[in-house]
Amino acid sequence: MSPTSSDSTARQALREQFVHLEQQREADTLGMWIFLATEVLLFGALLACYTVYRLAFAAAFEAASAHMHLWLGTLNTVLLMTSSLTMALGVLAARARARGYILLMLVLTIGLGTAFLGIKFYEWYLEYSERLVPLPGLEFTFEGVNPEHAQLFFNLYFTMTGLHALHLLVGIMIVLVMLILTWRRYNPLLLEYKVEIAGLYWHLVDVIWMFLFPLFYLVNPRG
Amino acid sequence: MSSVIIEEGRNYLNASASLKSWLLSTDHKRVAWLYMASLTFFFFMGGAAAVLIRWELITPAADLVRHDIYNRLFSLHGIIMVWFFLVPSIPTTLGNFLLPLMIGAKDLAFPRLNLLSWYIYTLGGIFTLLTVLLGGVDTGWTFYTPFSSMFSNSYVVLAVTGVFIVGFSSVLTGINFIVTVHKMRAPGLHWFRLPLFVWASYATSIIMVLATPVLSTALLLVALERLLGIGFFDPDLGGDPLLFQHLFWFYSHPAVYIMILPGMGVVSEIITCFARRNIFGYSFMAGSILAIAILGFLVWGHHMFVSGQSAYAGLIFSFLSFMVAVPSAIKVFNWTATLYRGSISFEASMLYALGFVGLFTMGGLTGLFLASVAVDVHVHDTYFVVAHFHFIMVGGMVTAYLGGLHFWWPKITGRMYHEFWARMAAILVFFGFILTFFPQYMMGWLGMPRRYHTYAEEYQIFHVLSSAGATILAAGYLLPLIYFAWSLRYGHDAPPNPWRASGLEWQTSSPPPVHNFTQTPVVTHGPYNYDPRNEGQRRVTDL
Repeated sequence: MSPTSSDSTARQALREQFVHLEQQREADTLGMWIFLATEVLLFGALLACYTVYRLAFAAAFEAASAHMHLWLGTLNTVLLMTSSLTMALGVLAARARARGYILLMLVLTIGLGTAFLGIKFYEWYLEYSERLVPLPGLEFTFEGVNPEHAQLFFNLYFTMTGLHALHLLVGIMIVLVMLILTWRRYNPLLLEYKVEIAGLYWHLVDVIWMFLFPLFYLVNPRG
Repeated sequence: MSSVIIEEGRNYLNASASLKSWLLSTDHKRVAWLYMASLTFFFFMGGAAAVLIRWELITPAADLVRHDIYNRLFSLHGIIMVWFFLVPSIPTTLGNFLLPLMIGAKDLAFPRLNLLSWYIYTLGGIFTLLTVLLGGVDTGWTFYTPFSSMFSNSYVVLAVTGVFIVGFSSVLTGINFIVTVHKMRAPGLHWFRLPLFVWASYATSIIMVLATPVLSTALLLVALERLLGIGFFDPDLGGDPLLFQHLFWFYSHPAVYIMILPGMGVVSEIITCFARRNIFGYSFMAGSILAIAILGFLVWGHHMFVSGQSAYAGLIFSFLSFMVAVPSAIKVFNWTATLYRGSISFEASMLYALGFVGLFTMGGLTGLFLASVAVDVHVHDTYFVVAHFHFIMVGGMVTAYLGGLHFWWPKITGRMYHEFWARMAAILVFFGFILTFFPQYMMGWLGMPRRYHTYAEEYQIFHVLSSAGATILAAGYLLPLIYFAWSLRYGHDAPPNPWRASGLEWQTSSPPPVHNFTQTPVVTHGPYNYDPRNEGQRRVTDL
């Protein structure tokens, strides 16, 4: 690239309030990190609810957890972790300006994330047909210890996995935007760090799942 | 672009005049005006609810409104005043306007996000307005379960949705401010050269960002329980209504520090200017701002001493609540020390700042009464608590907001307001406030419960005094509307620095040009420059 064209690329990339591109990159990245902190607090509040109720009703939670579809949950965990790998590779590709690899990695990430969602919806369908969904109009039946306390487990399960799925959907859309930008040969100086920022969000969604999986599926794995 | 050719007389106000240029502006100064308009609207709406409440309470019987309407009145007063006025007030108006100026930047880090924050705030406001128009909510601003989640017949979901939405506005503003302070400071502007208003805005933003999501979750769960019967707080399911209180207060206690810290920042700027002294103990002032922010997260249980939580929890929360008073006290001592041997003048903004110091101190001391578990058992849910938080929120925060508006009005509008009427208003506010809220301490101590529509005859004298005070206070709040509006048309043109104040915002024109400075400033000394002869002071700030 000739000096003048990379200068103008840098100039076009720079938003008006910033003095140089490095400052802009740092600001955007810091902004995402702080946003991730808010997400931790959001899910943290729900984790606090989970902790309170699990400590109070340990037996019911164990019994309820046995009704989770462990293999589907495990498969999902593998898929999401792999998607974090492909996302990270996508970030490396963006830094290396390797457009083909960026496209491949982002497509894989989206694919794996979508597969996760598909399996999740299927799980919810299974739970619906097993009458484990505590919504009005639906029968909730639970044999064994304390169905009320088990219902608390399922309330938490659906709320937390539902909120997580919503965040994953947003993540898929963000990565899709990155994919489109890469396809349309967006300014590589910007793409480089924007893919990284999308990656940060993606990894957080993965980390949240790493908490949800053991808390819901592994309470009583030999159950 | 670091240098822009400025036409003679062009500034951010007259740069473009269309409605679209205001509603779609990403200029932080214009966004501040958008917020100022919305906030003023909500302040007077919450104030109208207060007027009706105080009017009703003049007599012991329920003769103005029905019981359920009364419940909706105090609920809406709280919801509107807390989330649609106090929490956003100084940060989104003065903070938005001044933060980039004070650090020598052209704008915030994320100007478009800033505009989006206002639109989100407006959307939340619309939900609240809808709630009011449809008949209101009667749970109190605290939305306690199981009443809110299971039994209330009012528009709970609509109300919590409005608050949920406005929470996003808070969080985005917080992110914007934090990144701005970290990344947009002018050359030479080290952290310990920042004005205390910037420190206060920064700490406020940290709290906003960390506390608000917990409220979002708490309200989401209430909405889910009402809409879908997903019972987290339902005792029939083994759920615990108290869990809601923990989640709610985990946000709402830090929220009160969101509300007061910016006011403390404003007061530091005003007192230094009108005492002509550098702040006493700058690093302790900055440190205590951070200490308040951090400790504020650890005391939420003091709202729940009589809720049935364990006595040991009560003990710990009580101790921590005493601790959190210490940094606030340090600030009061340091403001006083700043005044000592100063050359004090009593402009309107100084009257407000001095009023803040006195009223905040009183409110803070009564907070210690409430932090003592044994005392709180008697005064919990009485007017003593109501008086305590109004001393801090109204006597403190609203007073600081008015002080800040007066101090920076010439900078923001390029006009001087009428000093005589401004001082009159400040005096009316101060004395009206005391007459309104001091009797409430007394009747609370004697046992008058809060949120009660009717009451025993023996409390009437206090209520009458309080309502009389409210009338004077209302007059004090209405006056600025008149003379500020007047000043926009007929006020004298303001010079760049009418108060001879320190700070980068005073180094540019009044009102500032669109990009704030003609050249990026370079900072070579500390934030307060009032006392060049006092070498000891300069050394502390001149790092």
